[in-house]
Amino acid sequence: MPYLAIDTSSEQLSLALSTGHRADSIVAREWPVGQKHAELTLPYLRALLSDHQLAMSDIAGIAYPSGPGSFTGLRIGCGITQGLAYAQNIPVVGISTLEALAEASGVIRAYVCIDARMNQVYCAAFEREPGSAWKTIHEARVCNPEDVPLPAGNDWFGIGTGFKTYADALQTRLGAQLGQIDAERQPHARDMLQLALPRFAAGQGLPAEEANLVYLRDKVALKTHERAAK
Amino acid sequence: MLVLGIESSCDETGVALYDTEHGLLAHQLHTQIAMHSEYGGVVPELASRDHIRRVLPLTTACLQDAQRHLADIDAIAYTAGPGLAGALLVGASVANAMAFALNKPTIAVHHLEGHLLSPCLADPAPQFPFVALLVSGGHTQLMAVHGVGHYELLGETVDDAAGEAFDKSAKLLGLGYPGGPALSKLADTGDASRFTLPRPMLHSGTLDMSFSGLKTAVLNLVTQQSKDAALDDATRADICAAFQAAIVEVLVKKSLAALKQTGMKRLVIAGGVGANRQLRAALDDAAKKRKLEVFYPPMALCTDNGAMIAYAGAQRLQFQQTAGSFAIQPRWDLASLDKVS
Repeated sequence: MPYLAIDTSSEQLSLALSTGHRADSIVAREWPVGQKHAELTLPYLRALLSDHQLAMSDIAGIAYPSGPGSFTGLRIGCGITQGLAYAQNIPVVGISTLEALAEASGVIRAYVCIDARMNQVYCAAFEREPGSAWKTIHEARVCNPEDVPLPAGNDWFGIGTGFKTYADALQTRLGAQLGQIDAERQPHARDMLQLALPRFAAGQGLPAEEANLVYLRDKVALKTHERAAK
Repeated sequence: MLVLGIESSCDETGVALYDTEHGLLAHQLHTQIAMHSEYGGVVPELASRDHIRRVLPLTTACLQDAQRHLADIDAIAYTAGPGLAGALLVGASVANAMAFALNKPTIAVHHLEGHLLSPCLADPAPQFPFVALLVSGGHTQLMAVHGVGHYELLGETVDDAAGEAFDKSAKLLGLGYPGGPALSKLADTGDASRFTLPRPMLHSGTLDMSFSGLKTAVLNLVTQQSKDAALDDATRADICAAFQAAIVEVLVKKSLAALKQTGMKRLVIAGGVGANRQLRAALDDAAKKRKLEVFYPPMALCTDNGAMIAYAGAQRLQFQQTAGSFAIQPRWDLASLDKVS
């Protein structure tokens, strides 16, 4: 059964399709769209489906980024996923953008940092035995680059835009423990689909109504009494 | 034709099903007022976060109420603007994706057109043409409505919206946020003649209005009255009554002037302030004397809601006015809409 993944969490839009549960059957495309996810996602999806002689009704499930990332981008992806999955009555699986980057690293030890603006990063660390699922070593969080959690051991693959924006701070903090760095990599639907396929197979898909987001940055405004106290 | 309508432009998530033959079949609303009240105003990011949790459960509830299936829907209408960009994008994303998967058209609806046409969901419904007073927390406009999409702006507030003046004055009086309805309730117990507040631009000779000076006058009055001791309940009620009387007089006089200027005989009130009892009483009274007709939306449809979006969408659908692309318009001029009838 074909599955679909839609990633709108960064300035890149990516889509991925699988024709079975096997990761090697994934086809994926990406476009640098800036802020135009709302206008472009559905037309590009239409083209991708038609290139593979598929209709929306053939899709068995949809993976989407559950965050963290651009708030608006994430909501467009989640809203589109909700609408498509609700109309087709198919399950959804939310994939952490941080775990998707770990998957993209191709290594067994990934330290992920995404630029979270406001001088902060979204970060998490993952490790895995070759061929098995990722184990979370440091839970996803939003923090200052100089405060990211220190992982045990070394040779961590640093991945994500945080390593570009806060290169110096992260180098100072993690330098000894870091091996290779890929500071350009964006989350991608291909990696999300790869992570989602075993979850769909295990029956872990959720109904469309439950497609939700994890923002990590939850303090977005001051309450009246907090403003008064300032 | 069965139209699903989705509204998510500000702090209310509304979903409804309107049938061109059988009328409004269901409408569901979730208001975020309690969530934003802790912040003293609408926090756009929190509004968007809430909308995305609400649209589908409300859609399911509507389908259940109407005993219809998603597959029965002929088109999906959504609010494309004006409003908060992030909030609009939620409704637009879900609506467009749903329509994509169902292979049905979408209709991008102007939020104010939804409000303007909402009295058409009442019985009796007004016939075109009419003058519409659109009065809410975000808008205060007088429009000549010649048909669906044929709107001519006659006058509008040059500063605060009337509903905004209600909420801001309520805040000055310690009535919380959004305090408009609380202010109006308290006004019912007060004496409107004890204080006199200004009626800005009442004699301007135009149909424009201004309400920010009124709010300042309330501030001055509150400062003056609480100089020696905290405001007592009676004084607070009297200030509310004076404030409400001033706003109502301006809205009534400007509406009557708009009818006179256009030669129209029907007045339609739309928007949240349209639920104000004193405004309704004063308009009904003035209309009776002058042999005019006044129409209001059903009380439940005065706030933002999905029913008005489904209805406006259905009107446009009948004239094949479907959206080609998935766009939102956080700023959108009502007078720029295509005329369809």
